[in-house]
Amino acid sequence: MGHTLAEKIIGAHVVDKDGNPAPREVKPGDLVEAAVDVVLANDITAPISLREFDKLGVDGVFDTEKIVLVADHFAPNKDIKSAQQCLAMRQFARNKGVVNHFDVGQMGIEHVLLPEQGLVLPGDLIVGADSHTCTYGALGAFATGMGSTDIAVAMATGIVWLRVPQTMRFVYTGKLQPWVGGKDLILYTIGQIGVDGALYRAMEFTGPVVSQLSMAGRLTMSNMAIEAGGKAGLFPVDDTTRTYVDERAKRDYTVYEADADADYLEVIEIDVSEMEPQVAFPHLPENARPVSKAGDVKIDQSVIGSCTNGRLEDLRVAAQILKGKHVHPDVRCIILPGTQTVYLNALREGLIETFIEAGAAVSTPTCGPCLGGHMGILAEGERAVSTTNRNFVGRMGHPESEVYLAGPAVAAASAVTGYITAPQEVAK
Amino acid sequence: MKLTGKVWKYGDNVDTDAIIPARYLNMSLPEELAEHCMEDIDLSFVGSVQKGDIIVGGDNFGCGSSREHAPLAIKGAGISCVIANSFARIFYRNAINIGLPILECPEAVAETEKGDELTVDLTAGTITNARTNKTYHTSPLPEFVMKIVEAGGLVPYTRERLQAR
Repeated sequence: MGHTLAEKIIGAHVVDKDGNPAPREVKPGDLVEAAVDVVLANDITAPISLREFDKLGVDGVFDTEKIVLVADHFAPNKDIKSAQQCLAMRQFARNKGVVNHFDVGQMGIEHVLLPEQGLVLPGDLIVGADSHTCTYGALGAFATGMGSTDIAVAMATGIVWLRVPQTMRFVYTGKLQPWVGGKDLILYTIGQIGVDGALYRAMEFTGPVVSQLSMAGRLTMSNMAIEAGGKAGLFPVDDTTRTYVDERAKRDYTVYEADADADYLEVIEIDVSEMEPQVAFPHLPENARPVSKAGDVKIDQSVIGSCTNGRLEDLRVAAQILKGKHVHPDVRCIILPGTQTVYLNALREGLIETFIEAGAAVSTPTCGPCLGGHMGILAEGERAVSTTNRNFVGRMGHPESEVYLAGPAVAAASAVTGYITAPQEVAK
Repeated sequence: MKLTGKVWKYGDNVDTDAIIPARYLNMSLPEELAEHCMEDIDLSFVGSVQKGDIIVGGDNFGCGSSREHAPLAIKGAGISCVIANSFARIFYRNAINIGLPILECPEAVAETEKGDELTVDLTAGTITNARTNKTYHTSPLPEFVMKIVEAGGLVPYTRERLQAR
């Protein structure tokens, strides 16, 4: 019996009890120790990691080039406590010689930044103290989120323990309708299988539809694997991946492929031909419905950005709708380019001008409002349509506020009309 | 090791934003986080929780973000153990790593009500409900995971291994 992409990558990274490389075939359920290629933490998860790191009794990190620290969640520092957390991370980076520390001015939202900078590559085993670390599966890597203590140990030893997951394969067929993109595909998928539909499992996204998808669309889909409980969300490597990666990679990488006779727990086929842009209603990402069935949902805020949809392609879609239009007077439209490079390119393409002329606010990169941190918190009773990834109770502010998840096209169209709106109604 | 406490019962998909809202992630000490544990879904929790109490949840407990602040807040509030039908993967690892006992036992969850008194025997893997006088058996932790628990968490486990090298 052959192996899935997740099994191939984990198997290649297995180490023995002394930490020496010992690649072997692995099967679902195996508990293994594996060497990591990249270890990530951010300004809210790193402080706990650093505290635990100090208890380990080691002098330094396992590899100063394989650790990435990004101040993105509550940065630029939203208050004194956040400033202290960023300071602690900055001092750790300096003291330990961590090369890849991204502070304000260089930083972006970590899961937009790392692929853009070529820090995560196909075939890598990547762990991060952030649940959306699964984003990098789009590159054909095995990437998964962990907590701060796991990450502290990974920073010290370069090794993590893993249970090899079963894999669910998703095959997307048919033809995508206009304005339907990666966000709609993943919201629809989570709507089908539920927020624990892939619990403890790897998701493999395949089929003719996703092979036509841009890297941005793929990164969006892998990003939300965790919203189905998934441990990872992987794409096969193809020419689109290679073109993207080869422009950025500063080291070699290995491409792994799933075997034709790989053993999948389940294969789910999804015909996308009739799929509309999706909207996930409060308070779970699984509450997805077609935008035409959204009903009359008046909104107070539209957020376009985040690790899910903060890439240049996403901003282009939003600008296509907002060009020559104006944000509804009852709506605050907040646009957050994912990184400095995304911001600069959006500026050069004229997208930022389009946004500002439309009456939207454009922010420096930050996770900010997605997790109710800063830069767009909701008051009691307010509603937002948002291109972010979670719509839990209180996620963007007051516990009595509501978040409706959608792609950039729906979020931009809704900003114009003031209620949840299908893109084609605005972009005539 | 036996734990006895009063039950706080919650439903399915209790997410980490519910356990500790992100607006408090500018802090990281268990006792600070405990002051806001569960506040967006249950305002009575912080004022009434007693040391040793037990949280009982449904499916996919601890879903959402990877924040270790979630099990730290629960532990800081004095909760001795969390029992659920199933746990989100990252929450499960985090709880083990910081030494918060967690057990999967759908049978016990189904027949437990808020305010019940449960006694959990971690070594034997049993849960007893004082109100119904029923005892439930849970599946033991994998041997490798048990070693981490016995060492007192992932950090002491790793420190011992590094020193032995």
